[in-house]
Amino acid sequence: MQFSATPAPQGLYDPQHERDACGVAAVADIRGRRSHAIVSSGVTALINLDHRGAAGADPAVGDGAGILIQVPDELLRDDVDFQLPVSPDPRHGQAYAVGIAMLPVDPAERARAKAIVNRVLGGENLTLLGWRTVPTDPEGAGVGQMALDVMPVFEQLFLAGPIGEDGQLPYGLELDRMVYPARKRVEHESQAEIGGDGIYFPSLSSRTIVYKGMLTTAQLPAFYADITDRRTTSAVAIVHSRFSTNTFPAWPLAHPFRYLAHNGEINTVRGNRNRMRAREAMLSSTLIPGDLSRAFPIVTPGAASDSASLDEVLELLHLGGRSLPHAVMMMIPEAWENNATLDPAIRGFAEFHASLIEPWDGPACVTFTDGTLLGAVLDRNGLRPGRWWLTSDDIVVLASEAGVLPIPPEKVIERGRLQPGRMFLVDTDQGKILNDTDVKTALAAEQPYRDWVHAGLMRLTELPPREHVTVSHRSVLARQRIFGYTEEELRILVTPMAATGAEGIGSMGTDTPEAVLSQRPRQIFDYFTQLFAQVTNPPLDAIREAVVTTLSSVIGPEANLLEPGPWSCRQVVLPFPVLDNDDLAKLMGMNADGNLPGFASATISGLYDVHGGGEALAAAIERCRLQTDEAIARGARVIMLSDRHSTADKAPIPSLLLTSAVHQHLVRQKSRTKVALVVESGDAREVHHVATLLGYGAGAVNPYLAIETAEDLARHGLLGDVTPEKAVKNIVYALGKGVLKVMSKMGISTVGSYRAAQVFAVFGLNQDVLDEYFTGSTTRTGGSGLDTIASDVARRHSLAFVPNPQTLEHRGLEIGGQYQWRREGEIHLFNPETVYLLQHSTRSKQQKIFRRYAETVDKLTKQGGTLRGLFELRTADATPVPLAEVEPAGEIVKRFVTGAMSYGSISIEAHQTLAIAMNRLGGRSNTGEGGEDVERLLDPVRRSAIKQVASGRFGVTSPYLVNAAEIQIKMAQGAKPGEGGQLPGSKVYPWIANTRHATAGVGLISPPPHHDIYSIEDLKQLIHDLRNANPAADVSVKLVSEPGVGTVAAGVTKAHADKVIIAGYDGGTGAAPLTSLKHAGQPWELGIAETQQTLRINQLREQVKVQVDGGLRTPRDVVVAMLLGGEEFGFSTAPLVVAGCVMMRVCHLDTCPVGIATQNPVLRDRYTGTPEFVETFFLYMAEMIREYLAALGFRSVAEAIGHAEMLDVSAAVEHHRARGLDLAPLLEIPQVASEYSCTNPAQHDLSKTLDAELIKQAAPALQDARGVRIHLPIRNVDRTAGTMLGSEVTRVHGPEGLPDHTIEVNLTGTAGQSLGAFLPKGLSIDLLGDANDYVGKGLSGGRIVVRPDENSPSQAPGVKTQVIAGNTIGYGATSGEIYLRGRVGERFAVRNSGALMVVEGTGDHACEYMTGGRVVILGRTGRNVGAGMSGGIAYLLDPEPAKVNPELVDLEALDIDEVAWLGEVIGSHAKLTGSRVAAALLADWPIAAVRFSRVMPRDYRRVLALRAEAAALGVDADEMIMEASHG
Amino acid sequence: MADPSGFLKHTRGGPARRPIPLRLRDWREVYEPYDEQETRNQAARCMDCGVPFCHQGCPLGNIIPEWNDLVRTGKWAEASDRLHATNNFPEFTGRLCPAPCEGACVLGIADDPVSIKLVEQEIADHAIAAGFGLEPRPAELSTGRTVAVIGSGPAGLAAAQQLARAGHTVTVFERDGRIGGLMRYGIPEFKMARDVLDRRLAQMSAEGVTFVADCNVGIDVTVEKLQEDFDAVVICTGSTVARELTVDGRDLAGVHLAMPYLIQQNEVCEGTRDAVEVSAEGKRVVIIGGGDTGADCYGTALRQNAASVTQLDIHVMPPPTRDLSTPWPTYPLMLRISAAHEEGGDRIFGVNSTSIEGRDGRVTGLNLVEGKRIPGGFIPTDGTEYHIDADMILIALGFVGPERPGLLDELGVEIAQRGTIVRDENYMTSVPGVFVAGDAGRGQSLIVWAIAEGRSAAAGVDAYLAGRSFLPDPLEPTAVALR
Repeated sequence: MQFSATPAPQGLYDPQHERDACGVAAVADIRGRRSHAIVSSGVTALINLDHRGAAGADPAVGDGAGILIQVPDELLRDDVDFQLPVSPDPRHGQAYAVGIAMLPVDPAERARAKAIVNRVLGGENLTLLGWRTVPTDPEGAGVGQMALDVMPVFEQLFLAGPIGEDGQLPYGLELDRMVYPARKRVEHESQAEIGGDGIYFPSLSSRTIVYKGMLTTAQLPAFYADITDRRTTSAVAIVHSRFSTNTFPAWPLAHPFRYLAHNGEINTVRGNRNRMRAREAMLSSTLIPGDLSRAFPIVTPGAASDSASLDEVLELLHLGGRSLPHAVMMMIPEAWENNATLDPAIRGFAEFHASLIEPWDGPACVTFTDGTLLGAVLDRNGLRPGRWWLTSDDIVVLASEAGVLPIPPEKVIERGRLQPGRMFLVDTDQGKILNDTDVKTALAAEQPYRDWVHAGLMRLTELPPREHVTVSHRSVLARQRIFGYTEEELRILVTPMAATGAEGIGSMGTDTPEAVLSQRPRQIFDYFTQLFAQVTNPPLDAIREAVVTTLSSVIGPEANLLEPGPWSCRQVVLPFPVLDNDDLAKLMGMNADGNLPGFASATISGLYDVHGGGEALAAAIERCRLQTDEAIARGARVIMLSDRHSTADKAPIPSLLLTSAVHQHLVRQKSRTKVALVVESGDAREVHHVATLLGYGAGAVNPYLAIETAEDLARHGLLGDVTPEKAVKNIVYALGKGVLKVMSKMGISTVGSYRAAQVFAVFGLNQDVLDEYFTGSTTRTGGSGLDTIASDVARRHSLAFVPNPQTLEHRGLEIGGQYQWRREGEIHLFNPETVYLLQHSTRSKQQKIFRRYAETVDKLTKQGGTLRGLFELRTADATPVPLAEVEPAGEIVKRFVTGAMSYGSISIEAHQTLAIAMNRLGGRSNTGEGGEDVERLLDPVRRSAIKQVASGRFGVTSPYLVNAAEIQIKMAQGAKPGEGGQLPGSKVYPWIANTRHATAGVGLISPPPHHDIYSIEDLKQLIHDLRNANPAADVSVKLVSEPGVGTVAAGVTKAHADKVIIAGYDGGTGAAPLTSLKHAGQPWELGIAETQQTLRINQLREQVKVQVDGGLRTPRDVVVAMLLGGEEFGFSTAPLVVAGCVMMRVCHLDTCPVGIATQNPVLRDRYTGTPEFVETFFLYMAEMIREYLAALGFRSVAEAIGHAEMLDVSAAVEHHRARGLDLAPLLEIPQVASEYSCTNPAQHDLSKTLDAELIKQAAPALQDARGVRIHLPIRNVDRTAGTMLGSEVTRVHGPEGLPDHTIEVNLTGTAGQSLGAFLPKGLSIDLLGDANDYVGKGLSGGRIVVRPDENSPSQAPGVKTQVIAGNTIGYGATSGEIYLRGRVGERFAVRNSGALMVVEGTGDHACEYMTGGRVVILGRTGRNVGAGMSGGIAYLLDPEPAKVNPELVDLEALDIDEVAWLGEVIGSHAKLTGSRVAAALLADWPIAAVRFSRVMPRDYRRVLALRAEAAALGVDADEMIMEASHG
Repeated sequence: MADPSGFLKHTRGGPARRPIPLRLRDWREVYEPYDEQETRNQAARCMDCGVPFCHQGCPLGNIIPEWNDLVRTGKWAEASDRLHATNNFPEFTGRLCPAPCEGACVLGIADDPVSIKLVEQEIADHAIAAGFGLEPRPAELSTGRTVAVIGSGPAGLAAAQQLARAGHTVTVFERDGRIGGLMRYGIPEFKMARDVLDRRLAQMSAEGVTFVADCNVGIDVTVEKLQEDFDAVVICTGSTVARELTVDGRDLAGVHLAMPYLIQQNEVCEGTRDAVEVSAEGKRVVIIGGGDTGADCYGTALRQNAASVTQLDIHVMPPPTRDLSTPWPTYPLMLRISAAHEEGGDRIFGVNSTSIEGRDGRVTGLNLVEGKRIPGGFIPTDGTEYHIDADMILIALGFVGPERPGLLDELGVEIAQRGTIVRDENYMTSVPGVFVAGDAGRGQSLIVWAIAEGRSAAAGVDAYLAGRSFLPDPLEPTAVALR
């Protein structure tokens, strides 16, 4: 790429994984008055968002900043030496188009580039008016060297259109439509002729212009003189500051793009791009002059940025005839599917457009403008923040956070915020702000969408039923054999789904080989692993936030996207992506009578000659492709790919291979959108299979054999009393719901956008196979080809056609052995022998036996058990050093840590065993996500040095954080990345509840995402928060290996983490759905290698420590991890085995027979582990590591880190069955001037924060608990205010804190994010002004009051309640009080477990996952109140029952004694905030009290009742509760 | 999925043994029938481990957790299939196996292990009673290949059944008068009734296996003829050379090897002999050897109305629970009290016999010394010598290997240093087409090992004959138990 320092792919580093996140702001004059003030306000806002951006190794190289404004006609007209035509209506655009061209630096090339422009313009009937050199000042701006090295030349191109029939020059939109194909042509042709990006135009329009570059926010105005030129005026401005995970400047990737600036990430972009490409065949427009195909491809192939692609499609939709808001609504629709209260007309609009284009799904705050309209929209989940203000002089300011412009309160008329899926629009023509309803109602009324949908869409449920076919056991068995079903799969996969409608759960991770390393035939599905969101975007909770997800989609032929009509939605609605056999028959038989030719169907038989190997397989796929083409030509619009009817000679083509092969072929033929693709698959039998089929292009999947298997099991009574009919329903449901969960791990909400989005990593297939059949999926490590796939099919197939069936008498199917160890099954690294050897050696202290253990495991790894088994250590090439010269074992063990296993998931005995052992050794143990008892917290022998902070924030309090050596943010866990967890009430024993600040007997839910981390800049904020909460502790971030993890690690480093942990998929001691256990995440070998390479390429390695975690079992494992770049090593399973674990894999059942993964006192009595065993284990490990180091010629671990050249993969690759796997990229060492390990840890300066001053002023309180009052102003850049002071209070005065309100901090202004995070008891903050997101995060006993300035017109009597603070307030608070006079955003009081919070209105998902405490909401709420709320009580004023999520809670009347209590609370609120709402309620309290209802979790009510009963009986309440929950 | 808390609900149990006075009066099996629901409760104690050590502990690789769960839920037919998938003769092992699986049971770490052997036997007996356990399953297609199996003990029978089902024509040769080897001649009736064996043999006959008894291959049939008539040969002749006692007085009358003693009683029990030649009736019987064969002699002598029975064990008395030298999941060294041991008599531990005394050529007693067993020897404790009286001494010291004269010498198979027949990874001996399974190849071992070897050797034979085998192959020939 030109104008970019992004390196080419190398090793495991691939720039396609680069991600970004940002701060965004917009300023507009509602009345459309142009001024320079708008521009300069935009720039000021941008600079005040600086903390949301980032810089790399060189602070002078920003990740990107830019501004989008109206064409500054005055300036340009003054400045150019040629004539610019005058527009008849400059408000709607100039009569010339202008844009910056980023041109080659080399003069000759530049001339060539300009020649291309000339040539294209000639052909396009456009006139080149001239070029203007854009004044830039790189030096003055202080642009960093890396950015300078790739900086283009900036010249502005001026164009005019042809004079029309009316004698006028075209202007505005009309001119832009002419310029569009020309610009596309210049881009395409220059890319072809010059290479790279060719000529890049940030914009080329008669209405707007973009100035941007690889700059920091402060550099932007200094760099482009135009921006600060007083003649530059605009009525609108959009600014953007970028935080990229990498440090490579790329000028074109800065925002804004031509129409938008985007803060967020499009998770489904691969599928979206593919479908746009396929749609091109049917695209045409009467509005864009000429043949539209000359602008193809619409979406630039290989575009490095999702935002760029989003912009390109938005541009097409807009220029092709839709208003910008209309186009945005199509692409980023609100969650209409499950919203019963939606206006039917708007619903019709949404449903109609769902037939045209699938959602571009992912967290997004998109601000957009065409120069006249300026708007913003949030994604359906509202995962990005957005706040706005309207001033008395008709200026609107909109930004990622409050306070970006210093607007005096008396000028603020209204404060608002963006809401999920809602649009905010400023129409400078009409001079007003339009709310979401206004915009949508108007758009919905443009066409009779409801009628179109009613007439067009076919619904599966309305089609006539077909006869159900029942299949015999023999037939089912025969086909189970063909598709390689195992007894284990029937028991572990199919039975739970068929019996309960939900997927099975497993524990203790996985320790079996990757598909490509396995000695047994594996399904092609196994080569694909699910991607998951970590850091750069959040996973979703598809259960508790079901309101935003849907499994319903439409399939069928599409029409011209640009000319919609009733015909556009002639499609089939599938409520569910998994079809049972009867539904499939319906679908395929739609045109059985010939009366629906638009839904004619055809079946393609996916079988091949099994004796012909890979060649025959390839030929059969080709035949299927041609047959599909022919079927389409004959008019078929529903194509079914089927693998039924195999014979002794004909075997099924693996359905995933066939599906993707045909899908990609149709994309290439541009015929994909003409048809629905349905897959009748015999091999799909688990969630992952269905997910991959959908993810690679299937419209719907009929896993007929899994369904028939379920029926068969039921008929044989193996499902209890579940009937065959119910079994079918169950399995279909389980598979579909499972897919939803897989989607949600990646943050994708609708199956329509998940389809063909290819959100999978591939390991073990070669790139040729991928290019041909899975186009767009990539691997850097090669692997198997069709021959291997065919031979695996043949091996399975041969078992189904054994010449003499009695040979396999009594053996229905193969045994299996993937999930539980079986002699005939797959290799497991922990098997009876290795478990025994490990336990025996460490318990009887026999190093000799430990060696046998290590050798046995290493042998298994070499047999394919792990990737590292394929590596050889190059001891032959090393000069060994004497063992005595190698650092002692006692030093090495300090690099060891034990994994995050919560107290709760394991017993106190087991937890303390690990802690004591690690403390004695000088290593570190980890609390896990479960808090720590105060007595352990303060005991240096028994406490865990690492305190984990996970999404549930259980037990995360100020004392917890203050007493940490390291604070670890868990972004994902190996066993189930992208997922949350659940501790059922029966496992919340009193002592667990106490530690977690929860209620005994009441279940606890950990959300899939951290609700304060939806992007990398959020993570940066959390790191900042935690650092303030304990400036002495290291902050580490735990990631799970997947492609791109290295890039995420670079981002994490730039977010100022001290350490990054790369965990493998295979570790994981907790419970996880089987799909996740097996099919998500990758081995750490890939992750650490990629991380090491990426960090070094970025020159960030020296700043950050890297830890490897996941399935480390032997000294050799550690040495490999070290040579690949790890400097610390985490162990979980192995020390647990040492402590007595025997890999029961029943951790989730509370029945651990060795007393580890259980709280049951009876079982805990059986625990036999001691710290000595664990110490012995680690010392033996270290001793053997020393031997390896000596043999490799290293005297210390430090010397060895990153020396991948000491590893060799060539022999393994040649000799192993690993089928073409090429692991050499793992060993690449980028030739850059960067260290191999953390030699220069980043320093964190907190001395300039507001808290430094607070601490100074609070000295009397800190020293001797004297009362202190502090008054200070505050701005949005003052983040995490009060937290460091709080940490001092806790440090000095202990967990008890100080008497209430000993320190009173009075602030004035707009607080930055995380005001008062983890505030301990004794500290009170009173803020006059407003606040941003995360107020009172982790509140630990302090009090926070936020109240608006009474002088603001927005507070005038009669004006509706204004927004006072942002999203995710009181997250994980354990005690204390929050009073907010005003409305707030999404997820108020999320996971509150003990605080009292009062507010005057909330967004969606209020009180989500709450487990304790009290919440009072004196105003309207958004949707989904109380989702996942298991404890605590919320009091709602005038509640709307439809907005309460009824899964766990009831809405009910208050008890009489609560009324009094509530009155007092509201009284406090009135007193502390001056709330008018509260005052009005109190004015006639008995009457007002009736307006309240309480949201009461059913579990919590049960426990409260038990408590009351226990009190009455005089017995121990906890005991009574636990007895009740264990029956 | 198993009931995850079954082990917390039920304690280990099993069927009662019949009252001692009653069972000493007959030769019938000693266990009472067991209640079906109780059996299901016992199966419910299984925890369905992620790493089922029992499954490893079992040489056959019985998939114990799976059939335990099927029994728990009353799916007897499915349980039978899952059990027979790895074990041709569960009704034998259910009665005769010392159950290393139970020693490896995870529940046994801190509790009593699951009654695996009980459940196994109940499944097998249930299946037989219900009619599907012994249903003949003859091969649909014949391969036209012939296999001779020499020896009809558990290894030979397992190999024969597997090979027959793979479509080969199988002939089993047995030098004794009836088929069954040790199971017929060595195991006392009170441990396994003979009809249990006969029913299984009937099934195999119906599946096309030809049994030729009274035929000592190598003598009655020449090796040349054998190799001419058969495409492959499987030697399953066992380890039949008894380990001798080398002390003075061994030649005295009244000193017998255990096996002939047991055989004659077994022949009487099944009616092929009228009366025993050597009876313990009224005698003071001393059994030298603390193993299972010794215990078999013990029960047999008691039923023959011996005046007294004393069993000598060279090892010191093990502890009542698992000895530390054999940590879980290895086979536990512990005091085992077999049914016979509770029927009367004495056991003496930690003694070695120094000489046998006699008068008039007849045994009168035995001199013993206390001491400590060490590998390959015994260290006597000075001053602990003593004498016990005896009218009859039975030597039950195990077996040292297969008999070489005749078949083995004629075939010319290579013999390993320890006396067993050398075989490759497919169980083929040094002579192409000649295979070996069971004690003849492995050395003296348990019935489960014999069956497992028979199964694996069958897979080797099948692959040899057909180029590729689909028969299960549970064991590497070199596999040894965890230790």
